[in-house]
Amino acid sequence: MSPVLTQLDFRAAMLRPEAPVPEGLGDGRGGPAGRRFSVYRNNVAVGLTEAVLEGFPTLRALLGDENLRGVAAPFLRAHPPSSPLMFRYGAALPGFLKGFAPLAHLGYLPDVARLDLCLRASYHAADATPLDPARLSALPPEDLGRARLRLAPPVRILRSDWPLWQIWQLAHHDGPPPQPVAQDILITRPGYDPRPYLLPAGGAGFLEALGQGQSAEMASEAALAEAPGADLAAILGLLLQSGALMSLEIPS
Amino acid sequence: MSTILKSAAIAGAFATALAAHATTATADDMAQEKCFGVSMAGENDCAAGPGTTCAGTSKVDYQGNAWTLVDAGKCAMIELPAMADGTPRMGSLEALDRDLPMEG
Repeated sequence: MSPVLTQLDFRAAMLRPEAPVPEGLGDGRGGPAGRRFSVYRNNVAVGLTEAVLEGFPTLRALLGDENLRGVAAPFLRAHPPSSPLMFRYGAALPGFLKGFAPLAHLGYLPDVARLDLCLRASYHAADATPLDPARLSALPPEDLGRARLRLAPPVRILRSDWPLWQIWQLAHHDGPPPQPVAQDILITRPGYDPRPYLLPAGGAGFLEALGQGQSAEMASEAALAEAPGADLAAILGLLLQSGALMSLEIPS
Repeated sequence: MSTILKSAAIAGAFATALAAHATTATADDMAQEKCFGVSMAGENDCAAGPGTTCAGTSKVDYQGNAWTLVDAGKCAMIELPAMADGTPRMGSLEALDRDLPMEG
């Protein structure tokens, strides 16, 4: 009697290119699977490699196809998909890059991977009509501080210790060489595509407070606590311009 | 900052932001006018991510053993030394390794 082949055996062999074809695997016509398994194994690796290349356009621009394929090969074996939805693949890549010794000298790569993931998540987030600035203009000044501004579903906030915005610019638009500064990023979807914006100092604190349902006044305090010179008008201006705000409530 | 001063500061910030927005809004509306599904070249052409097109997979996966960084991408143009002690970079607000998903 031939040994019982489990899904675990199949999976283990699929993720190890050098592993033999699992015993007991048939071709459906009574014979051994033979090279059919190798074809399948190859297609899994190629498919997931392509998913990494497509899903991380900024990493791809920075590293080049050949290098990113080289990252994808061990990554896809260490972190095979946990969902059949390929557009979500790669959530573990930032953490993987952190521990990937050959690229340890490019310390900004994990943040670049996070940026690509956030842009993709923003793309797939629900639609929302941006808040009409006229609603803010119509508020009496004493209500502004109490106002609860809700963020649109595609909004993402990314804090980075690296010049992430300049790195994104360079990758996609040939910007100048990035300077060693920390840059936080706001992602919104003003039209059909997500777009990163450079957040002014204190902006991330402001947005995170709004995201937690805090009032405009508390968000302003959070921004000023984080960056004493925070330019609130610049932060609000960016939120209006980028369509980051969705609705406005005045608690009674 | 006292409550009155703070309210005034917030009201002032809103007023400034709204005034600035009123003057730039037209230009922004123009910039967003584009065909549905057509992305700006080289910018967001992969925004939907993998699995959203049906590419063939008749390619071979070459898994190399030795890993060397080939001079292929733009990372060669970036010279940013890693800070071994984990000190936040100049201008950093507070070192935080998180982002805030805000679904729904």
